Amino acid sequence: MSEEVKLMKGNEAIARAAIRCGCDGYFGYPITPQSEVMETLMEEEPWKTTGMVVLQAESETSSINMVYGGACTGKKVMTSSSSPGVSLMQEGISYIACAELPCVVVNVMRGGPGLGTIQPSQADYFQTVKGGGHGDYKLIALAPSTVQEMADYTVKAFDLAFKYRTPVMLLADGAIGQMMEKVVLPEQRPRATEEEIRANCPWAIVGKPASRGRNVITSLALKSEEMEATNIKLQAKYREIEKNEVIVEMHNCEDADYIIVAFGLCARICQKTMEMAREKGLKVGVLRPITLWPFPTEEIKALANKCKGMLCVEMNAGQMVEDVRLAVNGKVDVQSFGRLGGIIPAPDEVLNALEKLVADNA
Amino acid sequence: MNNDIIKPENLVYTKTPVLNDNPMHYCPGCSHGVVHKLIAEVIEEMGIQEKTIGVAPVGCAVFAYNYLEIDWEQAAHGRAPALATAVKRLWPDRYVFTYQGDGDLAAIGTAETIHACNRGENITIIFINNGIYGMTGGQMAPTTLEGMKTATCPYGRNTAINGYPLNITKLVAELEGTRYVTRQSVHTVAAVQKAKKAIRKAFENSMEGKGTSFVEIVSTCNSGWKMSPAKSNEWMVENMFKAYPIGDLKDK
Amino acid sequence: MAKFKGTVVVNTERCKGCELCVVACPSNVLAMSAQANTKGYNYVYMQNESDCIGCAACGRVCPDGCLTIYRAKL
Repeated sequence: MSEEVKLMKGNEAIARAAIRCGCDGYFGYPITPQSEVMETLMEEEPWKTTGMVVLQAESETSSINMVYGGACTGKKVMTSSSSPGVSLMQEGISYIACAELPCVVVNVMRGGPGLGTIQPSQADYFQTVKGGGHGDYKLIALAPSTVQEMADYTVKAFDLAFKYRTPVMLLADGAIGQMMEKVVLPEQRPRATEEEIRANCPWAIVGKPASRGRNVITSLALKSEEMEATNIKLQAKYREIEKNEVIVEMHNCEDADYIIVAFGLCARICQKTMEMAREKGLKVGVLRPITLWPFPTEEIKALANKCKGMLCVEMNAGQMVEDVRLAVNGKVDVQSFGRLGGIIPAPDEVLNALEKLVADNA
Repeated sequence: MNNDIIKPENLVYTKTPVLNDNPMHYCPGCSHGVVHKLIAEVIEEMGIQEKTIGVAPVGCAVFAYNYLEIDWEQAAHGRAPALATAVKRLWPDRYVFTYQGDGDLAAIGTAETIHACNRGENITIIFINNGIYGMTGGQMAPTTLEGMKTATCPYGRNTAINGYPLNITKLVAELEGTRYVTRQSVHTVAAVQKAKKAIRKAFENSMEGKGTSFVEIVSTCNSGWKMSPAKSNEWMVENMFKAYPIGDLKDK
Repeated sequence: MAKFKGTVVVNTERCKGCELCVVACPSNVLAMSAQANTKGYNYVYMQNESDCIGCAACGRVCPDGCLTIYRAKL
């Protein structure tokens, strides 16, 4: 197969990758800056080709509950939204996590709180990795930084969702959703057949054959002992995910005196800062967590033993910096730099913050 | 004694095995049990046990999945029609139904109800209307009658404060997407037979691709109403039927 | 005289004693037992078995599916 390079928006890449990876159903509601996901799907009409269902729901609440209902069937289902819409979905995500169902939720973040702004932001980090909805659950969170990764991590998100029977969040921001870049889309995979679903997902709601008891998908256990057992099982799964699934990218960290930690779009901006700093003779590296949960705690801890300080750069008031500080555990100074309300930090602003870190730790 | 006639060839009526032997948690005389049984009988008679998927609500019927021997999903409060929408679209050859009470369907889930019906989802919605929140201990429902006492309107529903009883079935019947909208009850043998026919018709419709079938069962909640089961049936006929008259609202 | 004779077999453990079958019976066959099951419910029994015509009205209105009805021609 020849690799066809196409120019497209990040949101479009998600939609096209979803069709290509054999997604069975998309349920969504329009919200800026991610509406192109559903718009692309509706233009493509995948129900005529792969048989994928695409439906515009009446709200984000309904979308996530359609995803819940659909995930119960053992099929590959997803939704996408942006920050206020994802807030509305939190109850449903908690149910899906508790019921141990696979699905993909895309959040193309915009500035909050409240109705906020439609400009890009990373202020939903806490919501994504610290819970968001009620109860003790975790979401695998993948943070792409390019349009190509929007496509690649859509596919990866489904693979992880089915591997662990857990919801996976693709956490991007409005800039990556809207920007156009070159993309090579994944090869078309077939959708799972009913026979494959029956074989691979014995828990799925397909209709009860005479050969087994009824399958019931619920997140309810009135007896505390049962609910504790459910929680213990979930936590064991989360430890397994933490052990196996951390993805991190490092640039020039080997000899670095100072480490910039940033995810998504900010990680790209910080690479420019790193180049500027190195030209000035500062040994700077960039560590980019690609999985925000599970978090690259061990990798950051190892670097804390040999660097002089870290700067966490985010499009928020300092959220991921808390996880960096937990990993560093006081070994070196960890400072935070962020722009708020939908403003993307510029490389020279980050350089100023970096130089302050250097001066403070000279 | 008539014990001599207890032979298979003389059997007239017994519990269908689709309704399993788990003791139901409902209060004595609760209408839920009768409606569960009717759905189970319809599933057995149509021979569709392997192709039926139920969506349970939040409320007294949250445990419906413990009693009917079919595959079930349990929804968040009010969201059963959203789950059922996805299931039916992803498994179009299955019989998909929701089972919801008045709080679930007509308060917190109003948007899901209206929009699933308006899209004409090919599902069956079974709506238990007893005018009260049973599971949480007898609070006011959207369908609570004017003047009716509940834990959150202890002096009776006052329309100046609480608004009016919501006739959601009438609203649903107005929507282009619904095919069959009916209101039934299960307080007498004749009513039970009619309700069963309505449920069967709704299930059959869901395979014809013509839209949503909506079956309201005006029901009793004798614990919430603080009456005996028999007295509750009488009260229902005298009071509930005036606000929620029995019969087909739409059959196209 | 009835043309049929019937009988009702009660699943006494499942019965919750709601009495709706007693109300539904056209022949006044059923009554509540003084005996209670393990859950403490007084269950239904056939007080006037000879009047039973096996119409199954009791079974159809029973919310808990406790009643099995047999009928034979006289």
